[in-house]
Amino acid sequence: MQRLIKNGEIIDESWHLLDKDATLDGMSNCDDLIVPLGLWLEHAHALKARDGGLGVWLDSDEHVEEIADDLPHFQVIALNFPVFSDGRNYSNARLLRDRYKYAGEVRAIGDVLRDQLFFMRRCGFDAFALRADRDAVEALESFKDFSDTYQSATDQPLPLFRRRQS
Amino acid sequence: MYIYDEYDQQIVEDRVKQFRDQTRRFLSGELSENEFLPLRLQNGLYVQRYAPMLRVAIPYGLVSAKQMRKLAFIARQYDKGYAHFSTRQNVQFNWPELEQVPDILAHLAEVQMHAIQTSGNCIRNTTTDQFAGVAADELVDPRPWCEIIRQWSTFHPEFAFLPRKFKIAVNGAEEDRAAIGVHDIGLNVIKNEAGEIGFRVLVGGGLGRTPIVGSQICDFLPWQHLLTYLDAILRVYNRYGRRDNKYKARIKILVKALTPAVFAEKVNAEWAHTKDSDTTLTEQEVQRVAAHFTAPDYQQFAGEDADYLAKREAEKGFNNWAMRNLQAHKVPGYAAVTLSLKPTAVAPGDATDKQMDAAADLAERYSFGELRVTHQQNLVLADVRQSDLYALWQECKELGFATPNVGLLTDIICCPGGDFCALANAKSIPIAEAIQRTFDDLDYLHDIGDLDLNISGCMNACGHHHVGHIGVLGVDKKGLEFYQVSLGGNSGRDASIGQILGPSFAADEMPTVVSKVIDVYIQNRTPEELFLDTFQRIGMAPFKERVYAAAN
Ligand code: SF4
Repeated sequence: MQRLIKNGEIIDESWHLLDKDATLDGMSNCDDLIVPLGLWLEHAHALKARDGGLGVWLDSDEHVEEIADDLPHFQVIALNFPVFSDGRNYSNARLLRDRYKYAGEVRAIGDVLRDQLFFMRRCGFDAFALRADRDAVEALESFKDFSDTYQSATDQPLPLFRRRQS
Repeated sequence: MYIYDEYDQQIVEDRVKQFRDQTRRFLSGELSENEFLPLRLQNGLYVQRYAPMLRVAIPYGLVSAKQMRKLAFIARQYDKGYAHFSTRQNVQFNWPELEQVPDILAHLAEVQMHAIQTSGNCIRNTTTDQFAGVAADELVDPRPWCEIIRQWSTFHPEFAFLPRKFKIAVNGAEEDRAAIGVHDIGLNVIKNEAGEIGFRVLVGGGLGRTPIVGSQICDFLPWQHLLTYLDAILRVYNRYGRRDNKYKARIKILVKALTPAVFAEKVNAEWAHTKDSDTTLTEQEVQRVAAHFTAPDYQQFAGEDADYLAKREAEKGFNNWAMRNLQAHKVPGYAAVTLSLKPTAVAPGDATDKQMDAAADLAERYSFGELRVTHQQNLVLADVRQSDLYALWQECKELGFATPNVGLLTDIICCPGGDFCALANAKSIPIAEAIQRTFDDLDYLHDIGDLDLNISGCMNACGHHHVGHIGVLGVDKKGLEFYQVSLGGNSGRDASIGQILGPSFAADEMPTVVSKVIDVYIQNRTPEELFLDTFQRIGMAPFKERVYAAAN
């Protein structure tokens, strides 16, 4: 079973991530599912009628504006990093949190590596599906990379210049 | 200059620790080459043609004597005894060992320096006027704003993986010595009629494959909103900039594709949400930072120093140097002095460890212990008493800093090129040297007057060839090194991109080509015209005719 870093701990994963080309055919009623954006946009009605938990995932070229009105339906929003150097979903995460006030889980999926976790957390991610070949216990260390930061971000809305004591 | 407090120091030390661990994991095989690449790049570490290259940030070009000595120490201890000052006001070491880079960073942190974001697809070192704070034509001191931008951009979590690198330049003077027109964002700090400070914002300028001058998207941004507005620009770029082709990934391509007006609309729509957030700057913060850039303890002088003026009359060599290597200072009786790193036969911008130590000494004795690095790859002592200039000149001669060619044809901007850089099409340093040798008559050089000759070894344009009055670009022609020449570029106010003269030349033709170009200028100029003026008046045709006629 895949494991997940959530809120600074390693937990077992209970959600199923559906592929980008998934359809409604044979979809289980009770499982907790994270569906691709396309499926949600086309079949929102049917997906809402299921009994299991519902999440959606966005690729790096998809925009959170597309689900801005649907947020209460999702327990999880996963944002995909096709490669870790594709930084678009840092902005999507911040928009979800800061602008649309989404309070559910924001999960990083795809090419998720230890050296990006610190920045991801700052942008509002609270769950990380670390790439399967990596050691999650070691990765936890990265949350301590920096003891303070200059800018306002989701985790600390006050920039350092409003907190400095000198 | 800005002095770190415990927060700034801690952040830099945390980075050293983090990078030490990343290097360890790479060397032990835990991190693949591909995964380590962006990590080391964001720390200024390239793997070059012969060895790694480490680029150290000199924020907006300001460096203390103590920091300069540390750079000299690193050059001696970890490199081959020299360093290279780059066109982006940074310093590069060409021969460090990968294993030793964490130690070098630890040495740098001791003197409040680092290599953070000197490379990679992130916000790079902010650059400005090398005469900031002292220039007679300055309207607003850009340095506090550069430092505020430095802190905002350092480890900005949302913008660490942009489509491409991102460069910001700030100018606060009448003349634009920061070349803000050819940066991703150019900021002109100004005062409005009410005396309030704000920014004129240009976006989408740049060199490289698609050279273009930036477009103005805001004519007056009140200072409080600087960071929220920058956030908005970066967010639009991060989300919508192209990522499918690295040659089309700079913000200039996005601005062009959307048109500047539509791009500005997008920025404003984004900004409307964040405009009055906590990132809005406070008077207190601006004052805190500005307090680090107050004027040093100047002596009061009534006017120009009589003895200095008399020595200029009496000694031609001193006068030549004073004409070229001094910049008017806003305080009477003072001057800003350029230490030339462009003697003939030395790679432009290279300095030995001894020279760096000596420059630090000079700074302490003559200029309040501070130096600046210029984007023309020279050093500057910004606050020298006129009464000290003669003594300083004599020391500079001993040290090889006194080449009286600042702003002249032989003050060539030149990238490391094929001698060092893995991306090069052609060598650039030997071309610079050959041209310097051809133009070795100082009187003639002074007679030619202000002329920027810039050389890049490839399209990446690190030598800023597009904005040279004469630009030289290394190209590959069937596996051979050739050089394309352009004329009429200009990085100052009304920045312009040079036009290509015609088919490219072999290396040994280059000195003659440049000589012919200069001849055309000399024969056509009016008494008050500089090269650029003449070019703009008579156009490309006469130059083309002369240069290519002889080849038949
Ligand atoms: S212009 Fe090209 S050759 Fe010169 S330093 Fe830059 S990348 Fe290297």
